[in-house]
Amino acid sequence: MKCAVLNLARQDMVRMNKRIEQVYALFAEAKQPLKFMEVCGTHTMAAFRSGLRSLLPERLSLISGPGCPVCVTANDSINKAIAIAGCPDTIVATFGDMIKVPGSTTSLERVRAQGGHVHVVYSPLDALDLARKNPDKRVVFLGVGFETTVPGVAWTIKNSAETGVANFSVLCMHKTMPAAMAALVSAGPIDINGFLCPGHVSVVIGSNAYAFLAEKHKVPCVVAGFEPMDMVGAIEMLLRQIVEGRSSVEIEYSRSVTPEGNLAAQRIIQEVFEPCDAMWRGVGRIPGSGLKIRREYAAFDAELIFSDIAIESDDENPACICGKILRGVKTPYDCALFARQCTPSEPVGACMVSSEGTCAAYYAYAKKRGA
Amino acid sequence: MKNDIITLAHGGGGIRTRNLIKELVLAHLGNPILNQLDDSAVVSFESPDLAFTTDSYVVNPLFFPGGDIGKLCMCGTINDLVMQGAIPKYIGLGLIIEEGFAIADLDKIFGSIAAVSRETGVLVVTGDTKVVEKGRGNGLYINTSGIGVRRPGVSAGISNAKPGNVVIVTGTIGDHGIAVIGKRQGLSFESDLESDVASLDSLISLLFNELVASINVLHDPTRGGVAAGVCDIAESSNVGIELVESHLPIKKAVKGACGLLGFDPLNVANEGKAIVVCSADAAERAISILRTHTLGKNARIIGSVVPDHPGMVLLKTAMGGERIVEVPAGEELPRIC
Amino acid sequence: MCLAVPAKIVSIDGEKAIIDTEGIRREVVVSLIPDPKVGDHVIVHAGFAIQKWSEADVAEFNGLMDEMRSVEPGAPGHGPHE
Repeated sequence: MKCAVLNLARQDMVRMNKRIEQVYALFAEAKQPLKFMEVCGTHTMAAFRSGLRSLLPERLSLISGPGCPVCVTANDSINKAIAIAGCPDTIVATFGDMIKVPGSTTSLERVRAQGGHVHVVYSPLDALDLARKNPDKRVVFLGVGFETTVPGVAWTIKNSAETGVANFSVLCMHKTMPAAMAALVSAGPIDINGFLCPGHVSVVIGSNAYAFLAEKHKVPCVVAGFEPMDMVGAIEMLLRQIVEGRSSVEIEYSRSVTPEGNLAAQRIIQEVFEPCDAMWRGVGRIPGSGLKIRREYAAFDAELIFSDIAIESDDENPACICGKILRGVKTPYDCALFARQCTPSEPVGACMVSSEGTCAAYYAYAKKRGA
Repeated sequence: MKNDIITLAHGGGGIRTRNLIKELVLAHLGNPILNQLDDSAVVSFESPDLAFTTDSYVVNPLFFPGGDIGKLCMCGTINDLVMQGAIPKYIGLGLIIEEGFAIADLDKIFGSIAAVSRETGVLVVTGDTKVVEKGRGNGLYINTSGIGVRRPGVSAGISNAKPGNVVIVTGTIGDHGIAVIGKRQGLSFESDLESDVASLDSLISLLFNELVASINVLHDPTRGGVAAGVCDIAESSNVGIELVESHLPIKKAVKGACGLLGFDPLNVANEGKAIVVCSADAAERAISILRTHTLGKNARIIGSVVPDHPGMVLLKTAMGGERIVEVPAGEELPRIC
Repeated sequence: MCLAVPAKIVSIDGEKAIIDTEGIRREVVVSLIPDPKVGDHVIVHAGFAIQKWSEADVAEFNGLMDEMRSVEPGAPGHGPHE
C-alpha cells in the first residue's frame, strides 16, 4: 500500500492557489522579465522559509536588498561592541542576530567563548532588567535595528533615566530605511522594477515615507506583510501597477500599516534620537541614514561612556561587491570572494552574514544544483 | 546533610565523599552491583552483540519544566541505545559538581535518576564524583555511559535509509528546546510547555515486536532538532529526503514561542522523540502501533526518502513552495530580523 | 528587522501588560499604542506592542492562514495534536 504523501513532493504537481495563478497571469501580461526587491531581512527570511521563489515565474526575480540591520552593521561598530565586551565589570546585552556578525578579526560569539560577558536578550527591556539586577556592572545594550525597533530602545532609555538606572547605556547603531532606499535608487544604474517595502518599519513610519520613490523615481512600491500569502499578494499588486503603467505606494499589509504610521512611536524616536550619517556594510556611507542619542540622554550613550577604549581598525575587504549585489546589478557569482574566502561559516559581506541573505541563499541552492 | 552545600572536600575521596555516596547515591540508586562500590562493575550479557554509548549533559537551567538534568542524562543515554535497536541494561554515571552546589538539589537530581532507573529497569552500576572550585562549572555537569544488548533481527542504522522509505516522527517537535529556553534570563516567558524528556524504550519495543524487519533507521532528534536528525540520515545513507511542512506535528505554544523568538521548530531540540524510517508498506501499521502508546499518540508521517538529490533534505512548504533544510549553524538564537 | 507576532492583551498594569500569543505569555510595554485595553489584539516586537488590530484585521489574518492551509490537502498519518 503506497501512502499518498509520497506523491506530494513534485513542484509540477502542486495545486497552486488562485493568488499565485493571478501572479502568473499578470506577469504574462507584463511581457518582460522583472526584478522586485524586498528591503527587509524578515521578508528575506519569510521568502526563504516558504520557498516563495520556487513558486514564482522563472523570469520574475525577487532579490534581497540591504534590509537586515544586523548584516549591514559595519566592521567598526562590531569592533566597538567587541572592545566594550572586553572591559572589566561590563556586560554587553544584544539581540541574538548580532552574535555571529564578523568584526575585523573576531565576533561577539568568539569573544563570549573566550570569557567576554555577552548576554543574548529578546528585548531592550531585558537588558535594562539585567542592569537593575547587576548594579556593580555596566550593562551596554547594542542598539541595532530599523525604525521598528528604535521606539522600544528610545522608551527603554527614557525609562532608565526616569528610574535612575545609572549603569545602563546603549551603543547606538540604529539605521533608518527611507534614506537607504533613496541611496539605492540614486547610487547608479538600478535594475529594480518594484519594491516590497518593509512591513513593520512602515507600521512606525507610515507608507507616505516611500512616496518619493514612486513619484520622483517612478518605482512602484507596495508595503507587504510577512505571511507568505501577504508577499504573494504584494507581488500581485506590484504587477498590476506595472501592467497598468502606474507607480504609486500601496499598502498590502493594511491590517497593520497606515499612511501616517504610529505617531506616538515617531515622537519618542525624535525625543531620544537625532539623525546622523551612517556606514552600511557593503554599501558605504549613506548621509542621514543613522541615528545617534541626543545630548539630553548623554548619560546613557555608550559611545561617550566608552569613548577612550582601544578599538581595532576597520578594514573591509575591497573585493567585496555586496553593494552592487544589494542594488541588484551583480549576482554572487560575479564576486571573486563568493564561496572561496566568503562562506556562510566565514562571512565577509552583508549578503553572506545573514543566513538568508542573497549570497547565503545562492550558496545553499548552488549545492543543490551541484554547481 | 541535606541543608548543606558541596565543598571541595566532597570530591577529595575521604570521609565526606563516602558519606555523600552512602547518603545520596546508594540511598537513591542502590543495587547489588553498585553497592559493591568496586573500581569497576562486573556484568555479564547473554549476547555478544552490544551497543555502547556516552553522552555529557551541560543543560542550563538544571531544573526546567518537565524535568531536570538527572532525568535528562538517564533518558538521553537510554534513548541512544534504543535508537541502535538495543535493550538498555547498565549505565555509568560521572558527576562534576561545582563547589557550593546545594545538596538538597543534588538529592532531587538523584531522585530523578532513580525514578528513570525504576521505570525502565536500567541500573546505574558504576560512577564517579568530582568537585571543582566555584566558578569552574555551571553547578553540575554529568557524563553518562550506557551499555545495551542488540535485539535479534535488528538492522536499523543511520546509513540504512532506502528510496521509497517513509519518514515518521513519533510526536510533537521542539517541546524540549522551547521549555528550556523559556527559563533563561533575558528570554523568559510563561507557558504551560514542558520538556518532552522521556525514555523511548517501551515505545520502540512495541514497534520492534511487530515490525523489526521493516525499520531501517531510528534516530533521536536532540541537538539541532529534526533538521539535524534528518540531514544526518540523508548524508549517512546517501539518499534524498523530502519533508512536508504541513505534516509536522507542532504544539500551538511551541509555534507561538518560535514566532516570538524567530526560531525554526525544525531546529529545536527534542528529548523524547524519535525519527523512524521504515518501508512504505509498514508505515500505516507503524503509525497505528506508535499511537497506542502515550509517548507516540501524535506520531505522524512527515516525509519520504527519494533517489534524487542524495545527501540533501528538501521541505515542501505549507504554501506549496520548496526549500532546502540544512543542519542548523549551531545555537538557535532569538532574532529581531 | 521586523519580527513581530500577533498577541492578545490579557492584563494591564500602567505602561506594561501581559500578552498571550498562542499560549505563550510575556510582559510587554504598551505605551506606544493608543488607549490599550484588556482583550485588545496587538502585534509585538522585541517586548513592545507597536500596533493594534481590529476584529476585522484579526479576521483578515485568519483568512490568510486558512488560504495557505487550503493549498495542501491532508495526508495519511494525519492525526490530532495540540
